[in-house]
Amino acid sequence: MKYAYYPGCSLETTAEEYGRSVRAVCAHLGIELWELPDWSCCGASSGHSTNRRLAQALAGRNLALAERVGLDIAVACPACYLRLRSTRKEVKDNSQNREELVRLIDMPYEAKYDTRHLLDIICNDVGLEELKKRVVRPLEALQLVSYYGCYLVRPPEVVGFDDPENPQSMDRLLAALGAEVRDWSGKVSCCGGSLALSRKEVAGRLVAEISEMARQAGAQAMVTACPLCHSNLEIRQADGKQNKLPVFYFTELIGLAMGLDGAESWLKKHLISPFSLLASHDL
Amino acid sequence: MQYVAKSVPAIGDTDFSSEVKEASGTNIDRCYQCLTCSLDCPVAFAMDYLPHQVVRLVQVGLKQEALTSATIWVCANCEACATRCPNDVAIPRVMDTLRAMALRERVVEKGKDIVVFHHTFLENIRRWGRQYELSLLLQIKLRTRDFFSDLRLGLRMLRQGKLKLRPPRLKDVAGVRAIFRRIDQSLAEGERT
Ligand code: SF4
Ligand code: SF4
Repeated sequence: MKYAYYPGCSLETTAEEYGRSVRAVCAHLGIELWELPDWSCCGASSGHSTNRRLAQALAGRNLALAERVGLDIAVACPACYLRLRSTRKEVKDNSQNREELVRLIDMPYEAKYDTRHLLDIICNDVGLEELKKRVVRPLEALQLVSYYGCYLVRPPEVVGFDDPENPQSMDRLLAALGAEVRDWSGKVSCCGGSLALSRKEVAGRLVAEISEMARQAGAQAMVTACPLCHSNLEIRQADGKQNKLPVFYFTELIGLAMGLDGAESWLKKHLISPFSLLASHDL
Repeated sequence: MQYVAKSVPAIGDTDFSSEVKEASGTNIDRCYQCLTCSLDCPVAFAMDYLPHQVVRLVQVGLKQEALTSATIWVCANCEACATRCPNDVAIPRVMDTLRAMALRERVVEKGKDIVVFHHTFLENIRRWGRQYELSLLLQIKLRTRDFFSDLRLGLRMLRQGKLKLRPPRLKDVAGVRAIFRRIDQSLAEGERT
Protein backbone atom coordinates (compact mmCIF):
# COMPACT_ATOMS: atom_id res chain seq x y z
CA MET A 1 0.00 0.00 0.00
CA LYS A 2 1.85 3.06 -1.21
CA TYR A 3 0.31 6.51 -1.48
CA ALA A 4 1.37 10.00 -2.36
CA TYR A 5 0.78 11.61 1.02
CA TYR A 6 -0.71 15.09 1.08
CA PRO A 7 -0.41 16.33 4.69
CA GLY A 8 -2.06 19.72 4.17
CA CYS A 9 -1.11 22.85 6.09
CA SER A 10 -2.68 22.07 9.47
CA LEU A 11 -0.95 18.75 9.99
CA GLU A 12 2.41 20.42 10.18
CA THR A 13 1.33 23.18 12.54
CA THR A 14 -1.89 23.50 14.55
CA ALA A 15 -2.54 19.77 14.23
CA GLU A 16 1.01 18.54 14.56
CA GLU A 17 -0.10 15.73 16.87
CA TYR A 18 -2.41 14.48 14.16
CA GLY A 19 0.39 14.59 11.60
CA ARG A 20 2.77 12.68 13.84
CA SER A 21 0.23 10.08 14.88
CA VAL A 22 -0.77 9.55 11.24
CA ARG A 23 2.82 8.81 10.26
CA ALA A 24 3.44 6.51 13.22
CA VAL A 25 0.22 4.55 12.76
CA CYS A 26 0.65 4.19 9.00
CA ALA A 27 4.22 2.97 9.39
CA HIS A 28 3.00 0.42 11.94
CA LEU A 29 0.16 -0.78 9.71
CA GLY A 30 2.28 -1.06 6.58
CA ILE A 31 0.76 1.90 4.75
CA GLU A 32 3.61 3.61 2.96
CA LEU A 33 3.15 7.38 2.90
CA TRP A 34 5.43 9.03 0.39
CA GLU A 35 5.13 12.76 0.99
CA LEU A 36 4.19 14.59 -2.17
CA PRO A 37 7.24 16.80 -2.82
CA ASP A 38 6.52 20.51 -2.84
CA TRP A 39 2.81 20.18 -2.20
CA SER A 40 0.93 23.44 -1.76
CA CYS A 41 -2.21 24.55 0.08
CA CYS A 42 -5.48 23.20 -1.36
CA GLY A 43 -7.10 26.64 -1.04
CA ALA A 44 -9.51 25.48 1.68
CA SER A 45 -12.82 27.29 2.06
CA SER A 46 -11.34 30.67 1.19
CA GLY A 47 -10.53 29.42 -2.30
CA HIS A 48 -13.92 28.19 -3.39
CA SER A 49 -15.74 30.90 -1.43
CA THR A 50 -14.18 33.59 -3.56
CA ASN A 51 -13.19 32.13 -6.92
CA ARG A 52 -14.09 28.72 -8.29
CA ARG A 53 -11.25 28.52 -10.79
CA LEU A 54 -8.67 29.58 -8.25
CA ALA A 55 -9.94 26.83 -5.96
CA GLN A 56 -9.65 24.27 -8.74
CA ALA A 57 -6.15 25.41 -9.65
CA LEU A 58 -4.82 25.38 -6.07
CA ALA A 59 -6.11 21.86 -5.51
CA GLY A 60 -5.28 20.83 -9.07
CA ARG A 61 -1.60 21.66 -8.75
CA ASN A 62 -1.31 18.93 -6.11
CA LEU A 63 -3.37 16.45 -8.10
CA ALA A 64 -1.06 17.02 -11.06
CA LEU A 65 2.04 16.53 -8.89
CA ALA A 66 0.72 13.16 -7.73
CA GLU A 67 -0.19 12.15 -11.25
CA ARG A 68 3.42 12.69 -12.30
CA VAL A 69 4.49 9.91 -9.97
CA GLY A 70 1.49 7.73 -10.71
CA LEU A 71 0.11 7.29 -7.22
CA ASP A 72 -3.25 7.66 -5.52
CA ILE A 73 -3.22 10.36 -2.87
CA ALA A 74 -3.78 9.75 0.84
CA VAL A 75 -5.00 12.65 2.98
CA ALA A 76 -5.81 13.08 6.64
CA CYS A 77 -7.64 16.41 6.55
CA PRO A 78 -11.28 16.09 5.44
CA ALA A 79 -11.30 19.64 4.07
CA CYS A 80 -8.32 18.91 1.80
CA TYR A 81 -9.97 15.57 0.97
CA LEU A 82 -13.11 17.29 -0.25
CA ARG A 83 -11.21 19.98 -2.18
CA LEU A 84 -9.01 17.44 -3.97
CA ARG A 85 -11.89 15.11 -4.78
CA SER A 86 -14.24 17.90 -5.92
CA THR A 87 -11.61 19.28 -8.25
CA ARG A 88 -10.93 15.93 -9.85
CA LYS A 89 -14.66 15.34 -10.28
CA GLU A 90 -15.24 18.80 -11.76
CA VAL A 91 -12.63 18.31 -14.45
CA LYS A 92 -12.81 14.57 -15.07
CA ASP A 93 -15.79 14.52 -17.36
CA ASN A 94 -15.63 18.09 -18.54
CA SER A 95 -12.87 18.74 -21.04
CA GLN A 96 -13.43 22.49 -21.00
CA ASN A 97 -12.89 22.64 -17.24
CA ARG A 98 -9.88 20.41 -17.56
CA GLU A 99 -8.25 22.51 -20.26
CA GLU A 100 -8.79 25.61 -18.17
CA LEU A 101 -7.24 23.92 -15.15
CA VAL A 102 -4.24 22.75 -17.15
CA ARG A 103 -3.77 26.29 -18.46
CA LEU A 104 -3.92 27.75 -14.95
CA ILE A 105 -1.48 25.33 -13.35
CA ASP A 106 0.69 24.97 -16.44
CA MET A 107 1.08 21.23 -15.85
CA PRO A 108 -0.52 18.25 -17.56
CA TYR A 109 -3.41 16.65 -15.69
CA GLU A 110 -5.71 13.87 -16.81
CA ALA A 111 -7.62 13.14 -13.60
CA LYS A 112 -6.32 9.58 -13.49
CA TYR A 113 -5.70 9.02 -9.81
CA ASP A 114 -7.91 8.87 -6.77
CA THR A 115 -7.72 10.66 -3.41
CA ARG A 116 -8.49 8.63 -0.31
CA HIS A 117 -8.95 9.58 3.31
CA LEU A 118 -6.86 7.64 5.81
CA LEU A 119 -9.92 6.63 7.81
CA ASP A 120 -11.20 4.93 4.66
CA ILE A 121 -7.83 3.30 3.95
CA ILE A 122 -7.41 2.03 7.50
CA CYS A 123 -10.98 0.73 7.87
CA ASN A 124 -11.44 -0.71 4.40
CA ASP A 125 -7.99 -1.70 3.12
CA VAL A 126 -6.13 -2.61 6.29
CA GLY A 127 -9.37 -3.83 7.84
CA LEU A 128 -10.65 -4.04 11.37
CA GLU A 129 -9.66 -7.68 11.88
CA GLU A 130 -6.06 -6.75 11.19
CA LEU A 131 -6.35 -3.81 13.59
CA LYS A 132 -7.76 -5.99 16.35
CA LYS A 133 -4.82 -8.35 16.09
CA ARG A 134 -2.44 -5.52 16.83
CA VAL A 135 -4.17 -4.09 19.88
CA VAL A 136 -1.98 -4.52 22.95
CA ARG A 137 -3.73 -2.09 25.30
CA PRO A 138 -7.46 -2.23 24.65
CA LEU A 139 -9.25 1.05 25.37
CA GLU A 140 -11.54 -0.79 27.74
CA ALA A 141 -14.46 1.11 29.25
CA LEU A 142 -13.41 4.36 27.61
CA GLN A 143 -16.71 5.93 26.60
CA LEU A 144 -16.41 7.73 23.30
CA VAL A 145 -18.48 9.32 20.60
CA SER A 146 -17.22 9.52 17.01
CA TYR A 147 -17.54 12.95 15.55
CA TYR A 148 -17.35 12.87 11.73
CA GLY A 149 -18.30 16.47 11.02
CA CYS A 150 -19.04 17.52 7.45
CA TYR A 151 -16.51 16.67 4.79
CA LEU A 152 -15.77 13.04 5.53
CA VAL A 153 -19.32 12.24 4.52
CA ARG A 154 -20.70 15.20 2.57
CA PRO A 155 -21.54 15.76 -0.21
CA PRO A 156 -21.91 11.99 -0.75
CA GLU A 157 -21.58 12.17 -4.54
CA VAL A 158 -18.06 13.59 -4.07
CA VAL A 159 -16.70 11.96 -0.91
CA GLY A 160 -18.82 9.25 0.60
CA PHE A 161 -17.03 6.09 1.64
CA ASP A 162 -19.56 5.98 4.45
CA ASP A 163 -23.22 6.78 5.08
CA PRO A 164 -23.77 10.57 4.99
CA GLU A 165 -26.29 10.63 7.86
CA ASN A 166 -25.22 7.78 10.08
CA PRO A 167 -21.62 6.89 9.28
CA GLN A 168 -20.18 3.84 11.02
CA SER A 169 -16.52 3.51 10.08
CA MET A 170 -15.02 5.37 13.02
CA ASP A 171 -17.50 3.78 15.44
CA ARG A 172 -16.45 0.32 14.32
CA LEU A 173 -12.79 1.24 14.39
CA LEU A 174 -12.99 2.51 17.97
CA ALA A 175 -14.95 -0.58 19.01
CA ALA A 176 -12.20 -2.71 17.46
CA LEU A 177 -9.73 -0.89 19.72
CA GLY A 178 -11.83 -1.99 22.69
CA ALA A 179 -13.60 1.30 23.46
CA GLU A 180 -17.23 1.65 24.43
CA VAL A 181 -18.71 3.68 21.59
CA ARG A 182 -21.90 5.63 22.23
CA ASP A 183 -24.50 6.28 19.61
CA TRP A 184 -25.50 9.92 19.36
CA SER A 185 -27.09 12.43 17.04
CA GLY A 186 -24.15 14.82 16.74
CA LYS A 187 -22.04 12.67 14.40
CA VAL A 188 -22.42 14.78 11.30
CA SER A 189 -23.34 18.15 12.83
CA CYS A 190 -21.25 21.06 11.62
CA CYS A 191 -18.93 22.65 14.23
CA GLY A 192 -18.61 25.89 12.26
CA GLY A 193 -14.89 25.38 11.72
CA SER A 194 -14.80 27.55 8.61
CA LEU A 195 -16.05 30.46 10.73
CA ALA A 196 -13.71 29.73 13.64
CA LEU A 197 -11.58 32.80 13.00
CA SER A 198 -14.11 35.12 11.41
CA ARG A 199 -17.30 34.53 13.46
CA LYS A 200 -16.21 33.12 16.78
CA GLU A 201 -19.60 33.47 18.41
CA VAL A 202 -21.23 31.32 15.72
CA ALA A 203 -18.59 28.62 16.03
CA GLY A 204 -18.85 28.84 19.84
CA ARG A 205 -22.56 28.16 19.81
CA LEU A 206 -22.22 25.14 17.52
CA VAL A 207 -19.39 23.67 19.60
CA ALA A 208 -21.41 24.15 22.80
CA GLU A 209 -24.31 22.24 21.25
CA ILE A 210 -22.15 19.40 19.99
CA SER A 211 -20.26 18.93 23.25
CA GLU A 212 -23.52 19.01 25.20
CA MET A 213 -24.96 16.30 22.94
CA ALA A 214 -21.84 14.24 23.51
CA ARG A 215 -22.13 14.61 27.28
CA GLN A 216 -25.78 13.64 27.20
CA ALA A 217 -24.84 10.53 25.27
CA GLY A 218 -22.54 9.62 28.16
CA ALA A 219 -19.28 10.28 26.37
CA GLN A 220 -16.07 11.00 28.24
CA ALA A 221 -14.37 12.25 25.09
CA MET A 222 -15.00 12.95 21.43
CA VAL A 223 -13.02 11.49 18.55
CA THR A 224 -12.38 13.23 15.25
CA ALA A 225 -10.52 12.79 11.96
CA CYS A 226 -10.40 16.50 11.18
CA PRO A 227 -7.72 19.03 12.21
CA LEU A 228 -10.12 21.97 11.87
CA CYS A 229 -12.84 20.33 13.96
CA HIS A 230 -10.24 19.37 16.56
CA SER A 231 -8.93 22.92 16.99
CA ASN A 232 -12.40 24.36 16.98
CA LEU A 233 -13.80 21.83 19.47
CA GLU A 234 -10.88 22.35 21.81
CA ILE A 235 -10.63 26.13 21.59
CA ARG A 236 -14.32 26.96 21.75
CA GLN A 237 -15.04 24.47 24.53
CA ALA A 238 -12.33 26.16 26.54
CA ASP A 239 -14.44 29.34 26.40
CA GLY A 240 -17.41 27.61 28.00
CA LYS A 241 -18.24 27.00 31.62
CA GLN A 242 -19.07 23.29 31.37
CA ASN A 243 -16.43 20.73 32.21
CA LYS A 244 -14.57 20.08 29.03
CA LEU A 245 -14.51 16.89 27.03
CA PRO A 246 -11.11 15.92 25.65
CA VAL A 247 -10.99 15.49 21.88
CA PHE A 248 -8.84 12.75 20.33
CA TYR A 249 -7.72 12.15 16.79
CA PHE A 250 -8.64 8.62 15.77
CA THR A 251 -5.01 7.94 14.90
CA GLU A 252 -3.91 8.90 18.42
CA LEU A 253 -6.21 6.27 19.85
CA ILE A 254 -4.96 3.65 17.41
CA GLY A 255 -1.42 4.52 18.50
CA LEU A 256 -2.36 4.33 22.15
CA ALA A 257 -4.11 0.97 21.79
CA MET A 258 -1.18 -0.43 19.82
CA GLY A 259 1.34 0.82 22.33
CA LEU A 260 3.21 2.97 19.83
CA ASP A 261 6.06 5.18 20.98
CA GLY A 262 5.29 8.84 21.07
CA ALA A 263 1.61 8.60 21.94
CA GLU A 264 2.16 10.60 25.10
CA SER A 265 3.97 13.37 23.25
CA TRP A 266 1.08 13.74 20.81
CA LEU A 267 -1.45 14.04 23.60
CA LYS A 268 0.66 16.63 25.39
CA LYS A 269 -0.15 19.02 22.57
CA HIS A 270 -3.86 19.05 23.33
CA LEU A 271 -5.39 22.17 24.81
CA ILE A 272 -7.80 20.03 26.84
CA SER A 273 -5.64 17.52 28.62
CA PRO A 274 -6.85 13.93 28.28
CA PHE A 275 -4.37 12.55 30.81
CA SER A 276 -6.56 12.34 33.89
CA LEU A 277 -9.25 10.60 31.86
CA LEU A 278 -6.71 8.12 30.51
CA ALA A 279 -5.19 7.56 33.94
CA SER A 280 -8.60 6.73 35.37
CA HIS A 281 -8.74 3.92 32.81
CA ASP A 282 -5.17 2.76 33.42
CA LEU A 283 -4.12 3.88 29.97
CA MET B 1 -39.19 31.31 11.03
CA GLN B 2 -39.62 33.83 8.25
CA TYR B 3 -41.24 32.89 4.96
CA VAL B 4 -41.11 34.16 1.43
CA ALA B 5 -44.45 33.62 -0.28
CA LYS B 6 -44.26 30.54 -2.47
CA SER B 7 -45.89 32.15 -5.48
CA VAL B 8 -43.70 35.17 -6.08
CA PRO B 9 -43.82 36.01 -9.79
CA ALA B 10 -40.62 36.73 -11.70
CA ILE B 11 -40.18 40.35 -10.81
CA GLY B 12 -36.46 40.88 -10.93
CA ASP B 13 -33.49 40.44 -13.11
CA THR B 14 -33.87 37.21 -15.06
CA ASP B 15 -30.35 37.51 -16.47
CA PHE B 16 -29.13 37.29 -12.91
CA SER B 17 -31.10 34.07 -12.35
CA SER B 18 -29.68 32.50 -15.48
CA GLU B 19 -26.15 33.56 -14.66
CA VAL B 20 -26.31 32.02 -11.19
CA LYS B 21 -27.83 28.83 -12.55
CA GLU B 22 -25.12 28.50 -15.13
CA ALA B 23 -22.16 29.42 -12.97
CA SER B 24 -23.26 27.26 -10.04
CA GLY B 25 -24.21 24.36 -12.30
CA THR B 26 -27.26 23.68 -10.17
CA ASN B 27 -30.87 23.60 -11.24
CA ILE B 28 -32.51 25.82 -8.67
CA ASP B 29 -35.79 25.83 -10.57
CA ARG B 30 -36.54 22.46 -9.06
CA CYS B 31 -36.73 23.94 -5.56
CA TYR B 32 -40.29 23.69 -4.23
CA GLN B 33 -39.62 25.58 -1.00
CA CYS B 34 -39.93 22.59 1.30
CA LEU B 35 -37.59 24.26 3.85
CA THR B 36 -35.52 21.15 4.48
CA CYS B 37 -32.36 23.17 3.85
CA SER B 38 -33.30 25.91 6.30
CA LEU B 39 -34.40 23.51 9.02
CA ASP B 40 -31.08 21.66 8.75
CA CYS B 41 -28.83 24.67 8.40
CA PRO B 42 -26.56 24.87 11.48
CA VAL B 43 -26.01 28.61 11.12
CA ALA B 44 -29.56 29.68 10.20
CA PHE B 45 -29.70 31.61 13.49
CA ALA B 46 -27.03 34.00 12.24
CA MET B 47 -28.54 34.58 8.77
CA ASP B 48 -30.81 37.34 7.51
CA TYR B 49 -32.35 35.32 4.68
CA LEU B 50 -32.68 31.59 5.27
CA PRO B 51 -31.17 29.25 2.67
CA HIS B 52 -34.51 28.42 0.97
CA GLN B 53 -35.19 32.15 0.76
CA VAL B 54 -31.88 32.77 -0.96
CA VAL B 55 -32.85 30.15 -3.52
CA ARG B 56 -36.12 31.98 -4.00
CA LEU B 57 -34.39 35.34 -4.37
CA VAL B 58 -32.29 33.87 -7.15
CA GLN B 59 -35.27 32.22 -8.83
CA VAL B 60 -37.17 35.50 -9.02
CA GLY B 61 -34.11 37.55 -9.89
CA LEU B 62 -33.84 39.75 -6.80
CA LYS B 63 -30.19 40.38 -7.37
CA GLN B 64 -29.44 43.13 -4.85
CA GLU B 65 -31.17 41.30 -2.01
CA ALA B 66 -29.26 38.12 -2.75
CA LEU B 67 -25.85 39.70 -3.23
CA THR B 68 -26.03 41.96 -0.20
CA SER B 69 -27.39 39.35 2.20
CA ALA B 70 -25.41 38.36 5.28
CA THR B 71 -26.38 34.77 4.55
CA ILE B 72 -23.96 34.20 1.69
CA TRP B 73 -21.06 34.95 4.03
CA VAL B 74 -22.36 33.21 7.13
CA CYS B 75 -22.96 29.94 5.26
CA ALA B 76 -20.36 27.56 6.65
CA ASN B 77 -20.28 25.34 3.54
CA CYS B 78 -21.29 22.38 5.66
CA GLU B 79 -23.03 20.68 2.73
CA ALA B 80 -25.93 19.52 4.93
CA CYS B 81 -28.52 21.25 2.76
CA ALA B 82 -27.06 19.88 -0.46
CA THR B 83 -27.05 16.37 0.97
CA ARG B 84 -30.64 16.51 2.18
CA CYS B 85 -32.42 18.56 -0.47
CA PRO B 86 -35.01 16.31 -2.15
CA ASN B 87 -34.41 18.15 -5.43
CA ASP B 88 -30.61 18.03 -5.50
CA VAL B 89 -30.30 21.78 -5.30
CA ALA B 90 -26.63 22.38 -4.50
CA ILE B 91 -27.06 25.45 -2.30
CA PRO B 92 -23.35 25.61 -1.36
CA ARG B 93 -22.52 26.01 -5.07
CA VAL B 94 -25.13 28.78 -5.28
CA MET B 95 -23.53 30.46 -2.24
CA ASP B 96 -20.07 30.20 -3.85
CA THR B 97 -21.42 31.82 -6.99
CA LEU B 98 -23.17 34.61 -5.10
CA ARG B 99 -20.06 35.33 -3.02
CA ALA B 100 -17.92 35.60 -6.13
CA MET B 101 -20.48 37.95 -7.72
CA ALA B 102 -20.72 40.08 -4.57
CA LEU B 103 -16.95 40.43 -4.52
CA ARG B 104 -16.93 41.38 -8.18
CA GLU B 105 -19.59 44.01 -7.62
CA ARG B 106 -18.01 45.13 -4.34
CA VAL B 107 -21.12 44.72 -2.22
CA VAL B 108 -19.77 42.79 0.75
CA GLU B 109 -20.79 45.08 3.60
CA LYS B 110 -22.46 42.38 5.73
CA GLY B 111 -19.61 39.95 5.29
CA LYS B 112 -16.69 42.34 5.69
CA ASP B 113 -15.02 40.41 8.50
CA ILE B 114 -15.33 37.13 6.64
CA VAL B 115 -14.00 38.66 3.44
CA VAL B 116 -10.98 39.95 5.38
CA PHE B 117 -10.36 36.41 6.53
CA HIS B 118 -10.62 34.92 3.03
CA HIS B 119 -8.41 37.56 1.47
CA THR B 120 -5.76 37.29 4.15
CA PHE B 121 -5.82 33.51 3.88
CA LEU B 122 -5.32 33.63 0.12
CA GLU B 123 -2.66 36.35 0.23
CA ASN B 124 -0.65 34.11 2.53
CA ILE B 125 -0.93 31.21 0.13
CA ARG B 126 0.12 33.43 -2.70
CA ARG B 127 3.15 34.51 -0.77
CA TRP B 128 4.24 31.24 0.83
CA GLY B 129 2.51 28.48 -1.14
CA ARG B 130 1.15 27.04 2.08
CA GLN B 131 -0.70 28.57 4.97
CA TYR B 132 1.50 30.40 7.49
CA GLU B 133 -0.81 30.39 10.49
CA LEU B 134 1.05 32.81 12.73
CA SER B 135 1.10 35.45 10.03
CA LEU B 136 -2.57 34.74 9.23
CA LEU B 137 -3.62 35.28 12.84
CA LEU B 138 -1.57 38.43 13.29
CA GLN B 139 -2.76 39.98 10.06
CA ILE B 140 -6.39 39.28 10.87
CA LYS B 141 -5.92 40.89 14.26
CA LEU B 142 -4.42 43.97 12.66
CA ARG B 143 -7.04 44.26 9.98
CA THR B 144 -10.00 43.79 12.28
CA ARG B 145 -8.39 45.81 15.10
CA ASP B 146 -9.14 43.00 17.49
CA PHE B 147 -5.89 42.86 19.42
CA PHE B 148 -6.72 41.10 22.63
CA SER B 149 -9.10 38.22 22.11
CA ASP B 150 -7.57 34.76 22.36
CA LEU B 151 -4.17 36.23 23.15
CA ARG B 152 -3.35 33.71 25.88
CA LEU B 153 -4.47 30.94 23.61
CA GLY B 154 -2.14 32.16 20.87
CA LEU B 155 0.81 32.30 23.24
CA ARG B 156 0.07 28.83 24.48
CA MET B 157 -0.04 27.50 20.94
CA LEU B 158 3.29 29.17 20.20
CA ARG B 159 4.84 27.56 23.27
CA GLN B 160 3.51 24.17 22.26
CA GLY B 161 4.91 24.53 18.78
CA LYS B 162 1.45 24.48 17.23
CA LEU B 163 2.11 27.86 15.70
CA LYS B 164 5.43 27.95 13.88
CA LEU B 165 7.55 31.06 13.95
CA ARG B 166 9.14 30.23 10.64
CA PRO B 167 7.13 30.45 7.43
CA PRO B 168 6.63 27.33 5.34
CA ARG B 169 9.18 26.69 2.59
CA LEU B 170 8.23 25.70 -0.91
CA LYS B 171 10.68 25.26 -3.77
CA ASP B 172 8.22 26.08 -6.48
CA VAL B 173 6.45 28.97 -4.80
CA ALA B 174 6.74 30.71 -8.17
CA GLY B 175 4.42 28.07 -9.63
CA VAL B 176 1.77 28.90 -7.03
CA ARG B 177 2.16 32.62 -7.58
CA ALA B 178 1.78 32.12 -11.32
CA ILE B 179 -1.63 30.53 -10.69
CA PHE B 180 -2.77 33.63 -8.81
CA ARG B 181 -1.43 35.87 -11.57
CA ARG B 182 -3.32 34.02 -14.26
CA ILE B 183 -6.50 34.29 -12.22
CA ASP B 184 -5.91 38.03 -11.74
CA GLN B 185 -5.44 38.38 -15.45
CA SER B 186 -8.66 36.71 -16.39
CA LEU B 187 -10.54 38.69 -13.72
CA ALA B 188 -9.09 41.89 -15.17
CA GLU B 189 -10.24 40.78 -18.59
CA GLY B 190 -13.71 40.57 -17.15
CA GLU B 191 -14.05 36.82 -17.35
CA ARG B 192 -16.75 35.48 -15.08
CA THR B 193 -15.79 33.36 -12.13
S1 SF4 C 1 -34.30 21.63 0.56
FE1 SF4 C 1 -34.14 21.94 -1.66
S2 SF4 C 1 -36.25 21.95 -2.41
FE2 SF4 C 1 -36.35 22.21 -0.19
S3 SF4 C 1 -36.42 24.44 0.07
FE3 SF4 C 1 -34.27 23.83 0.22
S4 SF4 C 1 -33.47 24.06 -1.88
FE4 SF4 C 1 -35.72 24.07 -2.01
S1 SF4 D 1 -24.05 24.64 3.33
FE1 SF4 D 1 -24.48 26.69 4.13
S2 SF4 D 1 -26.65 27.01 3.74
FE2 SF4 D 1 -26.30 24.83 3.51
S3 SF4 D 1 -26.79 24.00 5.53
FE3 SF4 D 1 -24.59 24.38 5.51
S4 SF4 D 1 -24.31 26.42 6.35
FE4 SF4 D 1 -26.49 26.20 5.80
